[in-house]
Amino acid sequence: MEPLLELQNLVVKFHTLNGVVNAVNGVSYSVETGKTLGIVGESGCGKSVSVLSIMGLIPDPPGKIAGGKILFNGEDLLTYENRQMESIRGARISMIFQDPMTSLNPVLTIGKQISESMELHLALSQKEAQGRSLELLSLLGIPNPKERFNDYPHQFSGGMRQRVMIAMALSCNPDILIADEPTTALDVTIQAQILELTKRLQGEMGMAIIWITHDLAVIAELADRVSVMYAGYIVEEADVFDLYDSPRHPYTLALLKSLPSVDRRRAHERLATIPGSPPDGIAVFPGCPLAPRCHFMVERCLHENPKLKTIGLNHKIACWVNVNTGKEI
Amino acid sequence: MNESQTLVQVKALKKYFPITEGIIFQRETGSIKAVDDVSFEIKKGETLGLVGESGCGKTTTGRTLIQLYRPTAGDVFFEGINLAETKGKELRALRKHMQMIFQDPYASLNPRWTISRIITEPLRVHNIAKGKASMDKVAELLELVQLNANYMNRYPHEFSGGQRQRVGIARALATMPKFIICDEPISALDVSIQAQIVNLLEDLQEQLGLTYLFIAHDLSMVRHICDRVAVMYLGVIVELADRDELYSNPLHPYTQALLSAVPIPDPRITRARKRIILEGSPPSPENPPTGCRFHPRCPNAKEGCKTETPQWREIKPNHWVCCLDC
Repeated sequence: MEPLLELQNLVVKFHTLNGVVNAVNGVSYSVETGKTLGIVGESGCGKSVSVLSIMGLIPDPPGKIAGGKILFNGEDLLTYENRQMESIRGARISMIFQDPMTSLNPVLTIGKQISESMELHLALSQKEAQGRSLELLSLLGIPNPKERFNDYPHQFSGGMRQRVMIAMALSCNPDILIADEPTTALDVTIQAQILELTKRLQGEMGMAIIWITHDLAVIAELADRVSVMYAGYIVEEADVFDLYDSPRHPYTLALLKSLPSVDRRRAHERLATIPGSPPDGIAVFPGCPLAPRCHFMVERCLHENPKLKTIGLNHKIACWVNVNTGKEI
Repeated sequence: MNESQTLVQVKALKKYFPITEGIIFQRETGSIKAVDDVSFEIKKGETLGLVGESGCGKTTTGRTLIQLYRPTAGDVFFEGINLAETKGKELRALRKHMQMIFQDPYASLNPRWTISRIITEPLRVHNIAKGKASMDKVAELLELVQLNANYMNRYPHEFSGGQRQRVGIARALATMPKFIICDEPISALDVSIQAQIVNLLEDLQEQLGLTYLFIAHDLSMVRHICDRVAVMYLGVIVELADRDELYSNPLHPYTQALLSAVPIPDPRITRARKRIILEGSPPSPENPPTGCRFHPRCPNAKEGCKTETPQWREIKPNHWVCCLDC
């Protein structure tokens, strides 16, 4: 299937007082209609910056998209004027954010906020937009939508606010929904509600989803394909079952091992750790960015940064070493 | 159970926060029942996990336990001494034996203080060491938490989240406490750093014979680190059992729902299992539901649950539950 959205070698840099931060270093990924792409990584690995570039939301300055293409239905979004981007953003591609309290406008009613994008993008009258907002609110399982319509964000709980955000994002029937850690701030029980809801809505509306998280367990539940990011690079990309069955990059392997085992007999074994902490993106290192923290490091890792290459059916890694044998590939 | 093994005993602990109206003439119009009749004990050398959704009162329980909040009612015995009745110098002397590690390593360290000043603060307060001796102690503590002792003159902003959490741990260890409350010590950290901190906490427990109250919402990590686990809902403990018993044989419907909501990092297992999805969110602790507090969201609720308050009882050895239906 033709990908709906395709990133090709995206490079994003931030010019700060401390130097140039290389946030995204030539990242490529794609997502198809009705599918979910999961992007996993720690804070600062460039996962959010890559999707903010898709939305055209990188503040410039200090940010700068220094290279690459973002193809949406075959057209490069990076060549679009602001006006053209406005017709896409929120209408064809929409986004939900981690913290629903800071992303909603505290002085507008949630009804107004949901209707706004429909009035703008779908040219609905106020009344029509209101009617559809009510439909969306009940679709998302918000009790008494008619009464809640005129409430302000602070009158909602965290989980309900996130539902309002999802309602806003879905109001114009987008082709792609980008979710940037939408459940990180929520309790597990509420997270479970949102995950079930997302799966149901995707089944009904058929949009593509890009789901960003640091939680490997959430990705296991939702994604069809997974990209693992580290220090601005994609280090492993695979089908979700493949990735968890046979992780092939040392970083993915280490992340999975640092979680307590699901197996009750092994749940109390000592956790494997990744020593040190991730690089800051400023210092330029000629080799693989993981090398100083990697258990599998060989001489070559210090001098040459491995490119992402295919090692199996739809399975790619950026590493010089075969983690099963511990030898260079 | 023999008394000498118990380090902390909490009996019918309550903490209500007043809701007031008016600015000059404040009157109390109600109260938030953050902790409402909680009893449990913590044995020497064990890790007791306290889990629950945000707002269920788990942090308030921890803080009331070490008298950062004075309890509205109830007793807390620490090595047989009732903390709720001690105050002033006596309480301060006892506090040396109980310390706290906080959730947010960015907010819990004073940004204007050097690491050595942060760690010597408790030494100064409790008159443990001064001058050169306190600097030696800082170096020793930093090494204990696996930080370079040369970092002691740096400021918190020069450290990463994981390193700051280590500083927080060193500060808690400065007075050589017996008991540490870990209030979500890893939830603000990155995945690869969480395991480092958990291993450090486990090592320290073994080396120093510490007892932990581990407050968290990450149930898989709680299962890993804790010996026994208590589940809280809306100010009450609904179930308490040994970790393996609780995870393999949860009796309270809330515990069952909470466990089934935890995502599992294995796509085959997590997609195959059946979830109990709780409707809605927890009600306000200002007016908790009558009868069983969980009944409005409980999938097994019966008519009796609305009126009759369930008793906290030991349903089998070391497995406590608060439910009419179990």
